[in-house]
Amino acid sequence: MSVGAPRGLASSGQKPIAEILHPLSATEELLSPGPDVTVTIGGDKEAGLTNGTPVEMSSPASASSLFNRLQLDDDLEADARDPYSSTETRDLFVTVDDPKKHVSTMETYITYRVSTKTTRIEFDLPEYCVRRRYQDFDWLRIKLEDSQPTHLIPPLPEKFVMKGVVDRFSEEFVETRMKALDKFLKRVADHPVLSFNPHLNVFLTAKDLNKRQGLALLSKVGESVRHVAGGYKLRTRPAEFCAMGEYLDTFSQKLGTIDRIAQRILKEQSEYLTELREYGTVYSSWAGSEEELRRPLEGVAGCVTTCSGALEDLSENMSQDFLPVLREYVLYIESMKNVLRKRDQTQAEYEGRLEAAILRKQDDRTPMPAEVEKCQDKAECFNADLKADWDRWQSNKRQDFKQLLTGMADKNINYYDKCQAAWESLITLLQDKQTEDKTSETN
Amino acid sequence: MVERETALLRKMEINVTEAEKRSGKNTVNMQETYTVYLIETRPAETVPEGGTPAVPDTLWRRYSEFELLRTYLLVTYPYIIIPPLPEKRAEFVWHKLSADNLDPDFVERRRVGLENFLLRVASHPVLSNDKIFFRFLTELDMCDLVLHQVDSRLKSLSAMFRVKNPDKRFTALKQYSDELNTVISHLLRVRARVADRLYGVYKVHGNYGRVFSEWSAIEKEMGDGLQSAGHHMDTYAASIDDILEEEEHYADQVKEYLFYTDAVRSVCRKHELSQYDLEMAAQDLAYKKQQKEELATGIVRVFSLKGMTSKLFGQESQEQREIRLAALEQSIQEGEETVKEKNAECQEFVRTAWEDIERFKEQKDKDLREALISYAVVQISMCKKGIQVWSNAKECFSKM
Repeated sequence: MSVGAPRGLASSGQKPIAEILHPLSATEELLSPGPDVTVTIGGDKEAGLTNGTPVEMSSPASASSLFNRLQLDDDLEADARDPYSSTETRDLFVTVDDPKKHVSTMETYITYRVSTKTTRIEFDLPEYCVRRRYQDFDWLRIKLEDSQPTHLIPPLPEKFVMKGVVDRFSEEFVETRMKALDKFLKRVADHPVLSFNPHLNVFLTAKDLNKRQGLALLSKVGESVRHVAGGYKLRTRPAEFCAMGEYLDTFSQKLGTIDRIAQRILKEQSEYLTELREYGTVYSSWAGSEEELRRPLEGVAGCVTTCSGALEDLSENMSQDFLPVLREYVLYIESMKNVLRKRDQTQAEYEGRLEAAILRKQDDRTPMPAEVEKCQDKAECFNADLKADWDRWQSNKRQDFKQLLTGMADKNINYYDKCQAAWESLITLLQDKQTEDKTSETN
Repeated sequence: MVERETALLRKMEINVTEAEKRSGKNTVNMQETYTVYLIETRPAETVPEGGTPAVPDTLWRRYSEFELLRTYLLVTYPYIIIPPLPEKRAEFVWHKLSADNLDPDFVERRRVGLENFLLRVASHPVLSNDKIFFRFLTELDMCDLVLHQVDSRLKSLSAMFRVKNPDKRFTALKQYSDELNTVISHLLRVRARVADRLYGVYKVHGNYGRVFSEWSAIEKEMGDGLQSAGHHMDTYAASIDDILEEEEHYADQVKEYLFYTDAVRSVCRKHELSQYDLEMAAQDLAYKKQQKEELATGIVRVFSLKGMTSKLFGQESQEQREIRLAALEQSIQEGEETVKEKNAECQEFVRTAWEDIERFKEQKDKDLREALISYAVVQISMCKKGIQVWSNAKECFSKM
C-alpha cells in the first residue's frame, strides 16, 4: 500500500515543528490529521500558516510521532548556531503538490502546483499559486547557480529517466519526484540569500514562466563570477577547504555503497517474497485434504499471506522514500564539489593577478590596482559564503540522515509488528481448539 | 510427540544419547567410515530427591541396524503403520545446510530422529510388546535368523497385482496418503527455498554494519550513533543462523509425516495383497466347482485340455471318472476351507488395520497441530528479535 496523499518532505533548516515530517514516518496509516494539534505543540503562531492544504502538511496525531517531533525540535534548538536562522523572521512558505498530467499534440508532461505564502515586500501579493513543470525547476536551478555561484544550490531529482525502464507517469515516480521538488524549493526558500533571488521571485509568481525573462534579470543582478579567466593555477588550498573536499569524496563514496546495499536488500526481499507466496498456497492446498487440520493449516496460510503483504509494504517504502533521498544527496554532493572548484578558481585568479601586479609595481607606495582588490574581495566573499553554507549544510545533513535512518528503522519495526501480531493470533486460534478438544474429551 | 503409556515405557526409559564415528571393513572388505548411535535404557523409576539415577544399559548401533529392525516390523505386523526412520540422506536442504551424511549437524538431527523412532515404537500398543524390539534395545546380537525371515517376506510385498474388490476405505486412505505425500514434499521444497532467501536478506544487512562504521570515521557528532547502529546491523545479520536452525526442527517434524505416508501406503497394499489372495482362492474354488459339474454332468462348459483330449482319444472309464471326481471333491473341500481362512484373514486384517489407522489419524492430527504451533512460536521469536534489533538501531540513529 503506498502513501495516499502527497506530502511535503521535511525541509533542511529551521522549521516550526508542525512542518517537519518523517519521510518514512510510520504514521500514514493513522487517523486524519488535526491542524489544531500542530499549533499546540509548536506553540508558534505561524505554525498555523501551513503551506497548501492541511492534507499535505499536517501531522498525524500519534503519540510516537509527536514524541519524535519533540525530539527533533529540541535538537534544532541545540544546533541553532546558524547565523542566518531565526524563526521570528520566517516569512516565506512554499509548497509543491497536486501533480496533473497534461496531454498535448506535441508532448505529455506533468505539472505541479507551487503555492507561496509570504509577507515579504519583494512580493506584490501575500499569496501565489502557479503551475510549474520539471523544466521550470531546472531553469530556476540553473539561474540560481549562475547568479549565486558562491552558494550551495540544493539539487534537483534526476532529469533524465530511461523511457523504457521507468514509467514517467506512474503514481510512484510522480510522487517521488514531487517530494524531491518540494524539498528543493523549501531549501531555496529557507536559504537567507537564495530566497531573495529575483529568479525565485519570478518562478513563484509569474503566471507563465517565460524563460527568456531570465536573461534580462541577469544583467540587473550584477557581475557573475561564472566567467573566471582560466589558466590560473592554485598554489595552496586552505586546509578547511581541503578537508571539505575530502569529506565530500568519502561521504559520496559511502552513500554510493549504502545505495547498493539497499538495492541488494530490495532484490533479496523481492525473491523472498516470491517464494513466500508459493509457500502460503501450499498450506492452503494441504488444508484441502484435511479435516481436523484444515483450520490450523488455513490459519498458517493466512499468516504467511499477511506477512507477504507487510513485506511488500516495507520494500515499497524503501524504494520510494529511502533510495530517492539517498540519491538526492549524492547529487547535492556533486554540486557542492563544483562550488569548491569554483572557489579554487576564484582564489587562483586572485593570487595570479596579485602576483602579476606585484611584479609590475614600480614602488611600494602605489596602491593595489582596483581589479586585484576586486578579486581579493570576491575570493574573500566566496570563502565566507561557502563556510557559512557548509556549516548550514552539515547541520541539515545531520537532520536529514537522522530522519532517514530512523524512518528506515521504524518501517522495519512496523513490518515485524504486523507479522508478530498475525502469528500470535494464530496461536490463540490453535490453542483454543486444543482446549476445546480437551474439554470435549473429558465430558 | 506425546509418548503414550505402554507397558514397556512404564518399565523403562529409552534414549539415544550419543553419536560416534567408527571405521571398519564392510561386507566387501573395503574400509569405510560410519556413525554409530548409543542406545541407553534404564528402569523407569522415579529418582528420590538428591539421589543419582541408575546407570543405564547401553549399546551402540548403526543406522543400517535400525533399518533392519524396521523391515522386520514391516513384515511381522503388516496391518500396523510402522513409524518411519529419519532420512537416510539429507533431502530438502537449503544451501547452507550440508548434504553430507558425516556432517555433525546432520548426525545430530539423525540422532534425535532415531530416538524419536524408538519412542514411537515403544509407545505403540502393539509394537511395544514385540520381543525382537526389546532385544534390539538391550542385546547386541541381532539374530541372523531375523535377516533371513525379513528377506523372503519382503519379496512378496513388491509384487504387482490387481484387486477386483478392494475395501473402499482403503482406497480412500491410499489416495489421501498420496495427496499428503505430494503436498508435504512440495511444502518442504518451498520451505527450503524460503529459508535460502531469508538468509540472503539478513546477511546483506550485515554490509550496513561495515559501511556505517566507515562512515562514522568521517563524522563528528553523527559518528557514535552510526557506529553503534552498525553493530546492531551486524547482530541482525547474525541472528538468522539460530532462527533457521530452530526452523529445521519444524521441518523434521513435518518430514516424519512425509515418511509416514509410505508406511500408510504399505498397509494399503498389504490389504490389497490379502484381498487378492482371497479373490484368487475364491476364483480357484469356483473353477474347481465348475470342473466337478462338468465331470458329473458330462457337459463341457469350459474349454479344458482334459475335455478336448477325452473327446479326441475317447472317454475314460467309469472308474477313472469316479477317482477323479473324488479327488476334485477333496480339492473343493480344501478350497472352501482356504477361502474361509482367507476371508477370515482378510477381515481380521481390515479390522486390526483400521484400528491402527484410527489411532494413527488421531496421532497425526495432534502432532501436526503441535508442530504448527511450535512453528508459529519460532516465527514470533524471530519477529521479536527483529523488533529488538531495529529498536536498538533506531535509538542509535536518533542519537546521531
